[in-house]
Amino acid sequence: MELTHEQLLVSYRTMRMIRVFEEKLHELVTAGKLGGFLHLYAGQEAVAAGVCRRLDERDYVATTHRGHGHCIAKGVRAKGMMAELFGRATGVCKGKGGSMHIADLDAGMLGANGIVGAGIPLATGAALTCKTKRTGGVAVAFFGDGASNQGQFHESLNMASNWKLPAVYVVENNGWGEFTPTAFVVPVPDIAVRATSYGMRSDIADGNDFFDVYEKAGRAIAAARAGEGPTLLECKTYRHYGHYVGDPLTYRARGEADEWRRQRDPLVRFEARVVGDGRVEAGELRRVDGEVAAELEAAVADAERDPLPEPAAVLEDVYGGE
Amino acid sequence: MAREIPTALAINEALVIAMETDPDVILMGEDVAGGGTRAAEGTDEMGGIMGVTRGLCTRFGPERVLDTPISEMGMLGTAVGAAMTGLRPVVELMFIDFLGVCLDPLLNQAAKLRYMLGGKARVPMTVRTVTGAGMQSAAQHSQSLYWITAGIPGLKTVIPSNAYDAKGLLLAAIRDDDPVVFCEAKGILFDSADVPEGDYVVPLGSAAVVRAGSDVTLVGMGATVKMALAAAATLAGEGVSAEVVDLRSLAPLDEETVLASLARTGRLVVVDEATPRCGIASDVASLCVTKGFDLLDAPVGRVTAPHTPVPFSAVLEQAYMPSAEKIVAAVRALG
Repeated sequence: MELTHEQLLVSYRTMRMIRVFEEKLHELVTAGKLGGFLHLYAGQEAVAAGVCRRLDERDYVATTHRGHGHCIAKGVRAKGMMAELFGRATGVCKGKGGSMHIADLDAGMLGANGIVGAGIPLATGAALTCKTKRTGGVAVAFFGDGASNQGQFHESLNMASNWKLPAVYVVENNGWGEFTPTAFVVPVPDIAVRATSYGMRSDIADGNDFFDVYEKAGRAIAAARAGEGPTLLECKTYRHYGHYVGDPLTYRARGEADEWRRQRDPLVRFEARVVGDGRVEAGELRRVDGEVAAELEAAVADAERDPLPEPAAVLEDVYGGE
Repeated sequence: MAREIPTALAINEALVIAMETDPDVILMGEDVAGGGTRAAEGTDEMGGIMGVTRGLCTRFGPERVLDTPISEMGMLGTAVGAAMTGLRPVVELMFIDFLGVCLDPLLNQAAKLRYMLGGKARVPMTVRTVTGAGMQSAAQHSQSLYWITAGIPGLKTVIPSNAYDAKGLLLAAIRDDDPVVFCEAKGILFDSADVPEGDYVVPLGSAAVVRAGSDVTLVGMGATVKMALAAAATLAGEGVSAEVVDLRSLAPLDEETVLASLARTGRLVVVDEATPRCGIASDVASLCVTKGFDLLDAPVGRVTAPHTPVPFSAVLEQAYMPSAEKIVAAVRALG
């Protein structure tokens, strides 16, 4: 299915918003204006944008500590996210979650997660809901190469394949599990092969190519919707920043990130392709850049002004019916 | 109409009622059916390790009664995801000891999602699990680890002492919008009591005075309630009037009922199958001295397991577990 002009612009907008959102966070944390541990998604935008472009309001996603991009791609608004990261009462989680637990159930976004691998069974459960209640929905678990070494990954894939759940497992292999190279702890070059032992389809996409992700995610999601069960989709990509903002980065060779930034930036590649094809004018993309920058600036300005939660709120939301 | 049935069957009835009255209720667990229904092959449903769920797969079908692999972490995590998106899963964790391989979905997911999401999520799931010693199941299948879940904010934990409460508490747990750990103490699972046929709930967070008395309060939970009742009968023969309080719910804890009983008796012994440190017995003792100090006429007595793993040998297991005799001795020791 060919993307319309409008869909191309929306896809670009998603990736641009993720990029500038993450770069702004880097700037805010570095300047000491924002606390907490922030794991930036910059560099991997094509994965979240390419997969989520195939999803609709029936669908769910669950993600990881590196989850801002998936939130944005699934439709969570920057304003509520930024307020959350500033710990404001107006945050999408009322300031209770922060970066590692940011979520918006109204957008089908089940949450970032502070536990590596823990989002995978949550998406599996959401897929079980979709199947049991026959909603036609699909659940996508986004996780990293590191999580594919966790028991929750293997247990979930086995159950989902066995029960033919409408799930898609998107492993974003960015070459680094926290501070350790993936190849150091994963004895197979492609994590996708792990699907074989669960009788599950798998595919490998260039995670820095929006169109490759879009196509392969489309196949996986269509199969899930058609009742044909789950797929493990490996997207090979790279994180531009370190594990978290402020980590020493001494573990990574100097210049490694530069090469990915210069040669394989997903936004640059997207632009080269759509402008080269004559499907989009460069000027249209610059207009999107301007709109995104304005929305983000407004979100930051609002977040800086918004009220902090009342201290008594610490006791709220532990149980229902309060 | 009430009839006398064992706790295991009362739990089965609660599951049937919950599933009949709410299509969102599903069951998951290892061997809950045991390969589903295979009547043609002449096999019967296993119904879980204790046979509690027998017949449910035949009745409700394999789409609502799911045999899982031996994948506790994946299973509990999946239940959390299903619960936060509109189902109401009941998961059977074969023994509470297996929390060791699946604590994260409870500790860091189910318990915290509502809070972390600013109140916008709910996780209406129930974890049914077998607790306690007495079947010579040894150190890894006999623990009473409910103190772990009771100590985690965001989780609720209940432990019935009889078939009537088991049915009503389980229905309340399943219908509650928060995650509840429902403990099935081995010591009472096959004891019988009068149980109404219909639908009723025993509210979470409410203790019960199961025997009135005036000289000493015995606080029990799960299997220790019948030990306390037996002890009370012995003490009555010695002219000591013991009141017995069944906590039923460990979190939330019904402090009011415990303190009201202490106000009547002035003496209290708490009886817990679990190990003595950091547990429910410590909690009740703490309650008595922090909020009931002026009511106490004697130090708070505690009868618990020792601070050791559960032994295998029957004679050692008996020595390990609380008993009516140990409770009587503890009451005498109060002076």
